[in-house]
Amino acid sequence: MIRVLKQHPVLAWGGLVILVSLSSLAAVWAQKSLSTAEPVESATAKKTHALHPITIKPGPDTPRLDTGLKDSQGKAITAACSTCHSTTTPNPARNTAHDLVQAHAGLNYNHGNLTCLSCHNAKDYDSLHLADGRRVAFPDVMTLCAQCHGTAMRDYLHGSHGGMNGYWDLSQGPRVRNNCVDCHDPHHPEFPLVRPVLPPRDRISVPAEH
Amino acid sequence: MNDPDPDKPRTPCSGNCSCSGGSPTPSDPIGNPGGSTRRAVLKGIGATLGVAAYAKALAPLTELTQQTSMDEFLQKHYKELTKEELSAVLERLTRETKEQYGADVTIADPKPREGVKFGYALNLSICNGCRKCAEACHLENNHDRPSHQSYIRVFEMTKGSMDFEKGDVHYDHPVPQPDKYYMPVQCQQCEHPPCVDVCPVEATWKEPDGIVVVDYNWCIGCRYCEAACPYHARRFNWQKPEIAAAEINPDQSYLSNRIRPQGVMEKCTFCLHRTRNGRLPACLEACPTGARVFGDLNDPESEIRWVLANKRVFVLKEELGLKPQFFYFFDE
Repeated sequence: MIRVLKQHPVLAWGGLVILVSLSSLAAVWAQKSLSTAEPVESATAKKTHALHPITIKPGPDTPRLDTGLKDSQGKAITAACSTCHSTTTPNPARNTAHDLVQAHAGLNYNHGNLTCLSCHNAKDYDSLHLADGRRVAFPDVMTLCAQCHGTAMRDYLHGSHGGMNGYWDLSQGPRVRNNCVDCHDPHHPEFPLVRPVLPPRDRISVPAEH
Repeated sequence: MNDPDPDKPRTPCSGNCSCSGGSPTPSDPIGNPGGSTRRAVLKGIGATLGVAAYAKALAPLTELTQQTSMDEFLQKHYKELTKEELSAVLERLTRETKEQYGADVTIADPKPREGVKFGYALNLSICNGCRKCAEACHLENNHDRPSHQSYIRVFEMTKGSMDFEKGDVHYDHPVPQPDKYYMPVQCQQCEHPPCVDVCPVEATWKEPDGIVVVDYNWCIGCRYCEAACPYHARRFNWQKPEIAAAEINPDQSYLSNRIRPQGVMEKCTFCLHRTRNGRLPACLEACPTGARVFGDLNDPESEIRWVLANKRVFVLKEELGLKPQFFYFFDE
């Protein structure tokens, strides 16, 4: 190849020119792409810095049973679930609402085919558990809901399910979002019937047939 | 009445009318030597009646001037107000609210933010018809209390129909009923608003962020816009709004929730006194089911854009071609 180039210096010079021009072009392009990339990066960085947080209300505290007794200062005496459940053996056969006794009697329960131990943790009654057995604390209950209610969770994460308060524009203020169990009773998740408020008093739209 | 010389003989008229003929006769029943003739008495009665009728006709004007200050009467259109004039107007309105309602309020004028276009979506699968949104609107926007006025009407709809003209807004039983669904309807903030087209005085217009607003001080109350709106979204103030001072929402703006005068139109403004300051509308915050989604249509990352891209979305009366910026959707 070198011999060929020595015999034809025009080719050598031409090749050199092409090489130089290509490398300078590449340098210019690289600089350009850098300069466009930079402001984009700083803009997103700015945005994330200025944004206020979206806070999801925590789930319920770990529940405690009211014993009905008062202490010397008049405060109610409560007991952790595990107080009783650590000394009794779980009975998986007792799994419908009307089977429940003692403190659990009369529970309004209607949540698909789930039984108590589908969510409550038999190894630690002061917590819940996922389908794979992992422990979930009561305040993190949404993780538990989401394992079955995937579409609802997807909508929730995109802001189209679940009530909220605060700012639509997070650059101006924060937003607080409801937890699943703020609206849905986990033992009876379907919304109860409610009486509508503020009946209209104008005459529009009185249907002819009713 | 002021006949200079009643005894002077008059030129007799042609006599083909029903009058007394122009000259007093000896048989005149009122025949008064002082010169008071029947003609004069009738003239007097006529003049008195005329003055009384004129006074009666002018009476509403005196009432009007009691309610309307000269400043208000001479106020220019919102869009023609200079900054100084606008702040003088806001100051006057604040003072008048204090005088008439006894409440200390702040009336601001938040402007549309550049590049923002508001959109609203409502999930019909979730809405349970509790009307909390209508109530929140009633309280937020300082509506007349006795008439239960609100910018939102919730229609109880029979499943299988999407024609809200056949819906019922007067339902009064526990909701939701199993064979019904519930459709709240408020201003759809059309891209081509017919209410704006018909206004004879340009008292209503569409703002750059998509909100159709009313200058309550320019509106003449002809109600053409109410007739033109296919969504029944506009309301008329038949009476001066009645609200107790303690119930007045003091966070007000000129184009939205300040207390409206009697005889003008009003409408939903997507709570622009809140939303132009970044906050969510009152009806969304009040919704206990989370059926409402609000945001900036120009922001591809916004929740509303996700709904438009991923849900089965429709608009009311799409065939009219008004391009509402209010969307309805269903879950799977």
